[in-house]
Amino acid sequence: MVTLKQIRNSVLIALWMMILTFPIMVIKVNTIENIVIWRWMNLLYIGVGTVILSIFWFFLINRRKLEPEERKRSFALKGKIETLKGVLAKPVVQKPLYAALLVIIIIFPFVSSLYQTGIMITALMYVILGLGLNIVVGLGGLLHLGYAAFYAVGAYTYALLHRYLGLSFWVCLPIGALSAMLLGILVGLPVLRLRGDYLAIVTLAFGEIVRILLENLSQYTGGPAGISGIPRPSFFGIKMSLSTAMNYTYFLTFALVLFTIFVVRRLEHSRLGRSWVAMREDEVASEAMGIDITRAKLSSFALGALWAGLAGVFFSAKTTFVNPASFTLWESVIILCVVVLGGIGSIKGVVLGAIVIILLPEYLRAFSQYRMLFFGLILVMMMIFRPGGFIPAKRRVYTFDKAQLEESD
Amino acid sequence: MAAILDASQVTMDFGGLRAVNNADVHIDQGEIVALIGPNGAGKTTFFNVITGVYKPTTGDVRITAPGKETESITGLKPNKITEKGLARTFQNIRLFQNMTVLENVMIGRHCRMKAGIAGAVFRDRKTREEEEQVVADSYAILKKIGLETFVNELAKNLPYGAQRRLEIARAMATEPFLLLLDEPAAGMNPHETRELDEMILKIRATEKISILLIEHDMSLVMSISDRIYVMDYGLLIAEGQPKEVRANPAVIKAYLGEEFNA
Amino acid sequence: MDLDYFFQLFLGGMTRGSIYALIALGYTMVYGIIKLINFAHGEIYMIGAFTALIIVGALGMTGLNPVLIFLIAGVIAVLTSAGYGVTIERIAYKPLRNAPRLSALISAIGMSLFLQNYVLLAQTSNFLPFPTLIPEFKFLANAGGIISSTQIIILATTALVMVVLTLLIKFTRIGKAMRATSQDRQMAQLVGIGINKVIAFTFVIGSFTAALGGVLICSHIGQINFYIGFIAGIKAFVAAVLGGIGSIPGAVLGSFVLGLTESFGTGYISSDYEDVFAFLFLVLILTIRPSGILGREKKAKV
Repeated sequence: MVTLKQIRNSVLIALWMMILTFPIMVIKVNTIENIVIWRWMNLLYIGVGTVILSIFWFFLINRRKLEPEERKRSFALKGKIETLKGVLAKPVVQKPLYAALLVIIIIFPFVSSLYQTGIMITALMYVILGLGLNIVVGLGGLLHLGYAAFYAVGAYTYALLHRYLGLSFWVCLPIGALSAMLLGILVGLPVLRLRGDYLAIVTLAFGEIVRILLENLSQYTGGPAGISGIPRPSFFGIKMSLSTAMNYTYFLTFALVLFTIFVVRRLEHSRLGRSWVAMREDEVASEAMGIDITRAKLSSFALGALWAGLAGVFFSAKTTFVNPASFTLWESVIILCVVVLGGIGSIKGVVLGAIVIILLPEYLRAFSQYRMLFFGLILVMMMIFRPGGFIPAKRRVYTFDKAQLEESD
Repeated sequence: MAAILDASQVTMDFGGLRAVNNADVHIDQGEIVALIGPNGAGKTTFFNVITGVYKPTTGDVRITAPGKETESITGLKPNKITEKGLARTFQNIRLFQNMTVLENVMIGRHCRMKAGIAGAVFRDRKTREEEEQVVADSYAILKKIGLETFVNELAKNLPYGAQRRLEIARAMATEPFLLLLDEPAAGMNPHETRELDEMILKIRATEKISILLIEHDMSLVMSISDRIYVMDYGLLIAEGQPKEVRANPAVIKAYLGEEFNA
Repeated sequence: MDLDYFFQLFLGGMTRGSIYALIALGYTMVYGIIKLINFAHGEIYMIGAFTALIIVGALGMTGLNPVLIFLIAGVIAVLTSAGYGVTIERIAYKPLRNAPRLSALISAIGMSLFLQNYVLLAQTSNFLPFPTLIPEFKFLANAGGIISSTQIIILATTALVMVVLTLLIKFTRIGKAMRATSQDRQMAQLVGIGINKVIAFTFVIGSFTAALGGVLICSHIGQINFYIGFIAGIKAFVAAVLGGIGSIPGAVLGSFVLGLTESFGTGYISSDYEDVFAFLFLVLILTIRPSGILGREKKAKV
């Protein structure tokens, strides 16, 4: 509960914040026209806002300290959520639920506007990107901050191959994916022996190098203006209207999402996937258990890149236009956030993460000015109060039937 | 028959510090050998040299796996050495904390499996069979070590003694002919230590695995070792059967001290 | 070869390096102590620059001596930024001290995003010019435009900060506590060092120097917007890693190496690839020396 001491502290914090934010919140200068505006009301907003928020903050922090059991008791609603989760986990409930979801996904493009379909395609693409990066970050534990570079390679492969050789989407799809993977291996070989943060900064540097090259090799890539007029995916050469083409792209992307989930699930529960997780947990121990670390790192890095490449080709085809501005560091960061917010290493989590991160800002357009501000705040709050993400990863539970148990005796 | 492990004149320098000085250690098939010495004597460094974590400054480590030719493993990477049949545990427990107990053991089976990316994605019959076999084998190992009740628990949630045993189970899963245990009894109570004692003897008897262990618990060392090496300041100062070592004045002086004499 | 041009590039590189060094110090000190890439550090630099600009703008009407205005603005900016530094640590990093490293990193990214948009919304997205307040020194008239007085001030300030910081860390009580904490946080706590105080102090120092860099750079380059912190932060981080993150001399060396590489790269090869030089150089160095130029290879204890 909120104590008097906390309220006093909150007031002190509010005073501190008022002093701290005074120059930026109250004074507004325009040094071009030499105008100074004093916005004293802002000081009041900051003060009142901070008192309220900090009381809320103390409440949450105290709750965080409680054991999970106590927490459940302290919050009746939470208990109900747990029961609901239990009900949802039952196969009898789950199957129809998934079926209903599938129906909604299939009907969606026919009942929604072209604009909505476009957003949904974007969200689905982030699902693919998130799942791909999840292989590297979630399973392999390699902090990758240059993922957008591989996404760019896929996108530009299609754009360039179409522009210069007239190749179609379907030909470019595997080429784009493979070239991203190849680049992943080439980059990975020298840099993967770096540890943790060094790897993060080198991947970041690599991502920026790719983007700047795309921007400056303008005789081939069109520079900052990019390449336009990239065709949408074709269907045996049939001419399609814009809306049909969009719906078709939507279903293709959805199919790729299903394919990605299928493959990532299988990888996760395979010899290779286990070696990634072991590497994430403890490199020294996994090497002592016979895992070839170089190989494990390289394979997770390369497979991650492969998916970025696939998504890149889809991106070009969907937007019919690419430019370097789509592949900045922030792009890599957003994809990383999809993985971490959703639930690192958890497939369901990443899917939900992508949908929330892409759709929420879209539907918050009314507050469009503030959405990045809130996005930043949400990232911080999530890490503090729900670090496992929306749907935390769970390890697989193996069951043993009687016959097996007796056999092993 | 050649010794299964023959480390000759192994020296390991860190900058100016000589952590291991010209050590000769050999282990015969079926032996339980202990490496003892005061803290900081260089025992764990010696382990790290043998298992490939460090490359020795000078010296050679050769192994003779049962039914195979003698070969040098000096400078090989740790995973290669594990493949050749040496497995270890760690002084400061290094389990895969967020994986289940069963998965920890399954990782040990990794180097005896073959499935690659294609196998993982297509999950053909061979891969499926291999996967089922690994689950069954791992479960069998857990049963031997007495951890089967924890099978789906996360490793980090295990009690301390069980974590130590899981490390041994994981190492056994790699099918070693020589098991290197780095202070397996550290932090265990007398009861757990006694159980460990029995377990090590059982492993040797039933699995035909030889054992090299670093240990500070003298009752454990004296009761199960066939031979003991004593290390002090990187140098091997004594070698022999427990009772010889116990009587060796150099050992008493350097390590066991008055306390043990009394 | 044109020697004047060479010197101009050299001094330009040193100036750039100085600014990077002032920011990189904060990165490297924070990293040394809590092993966190403080992504929001670049924003502190930006906030420092913006606060200085605001104060200068507000005081501009009073008709005070420009140099005095600059000094007042600088002091207020640096103090405010130090305040931001500790506040951010309290909110976004302290609750995550025992969490996985990735969580703290994401939190830092979130904070960076928040601060950028905070300044964007409270002020403007446009570039704002920073008035010239530092007069040209008379004795520079003969130097033929190779170096400006602002550059001299930047170089001198950086040198001074380095010396003071070195003394602080080597010889003072808090400096010793900082070194102890970065070696082994738990042990430091056991011998009675107040970890929270040390960490807060590190953030204060780091933010202080970063803001100083911000104030100096805006008087040198002449215009700022809410986004300058991001690029500068990345570059300074590159510099810190280049030198060996966690090492203070490393951060300074890395910054000058980076500044010079960029300056000569753009001057002699092409200005389109300014950032590529920095990043390529980083990749190259780390491939040869995985822990940076002055970083020591840490053997994992097994």
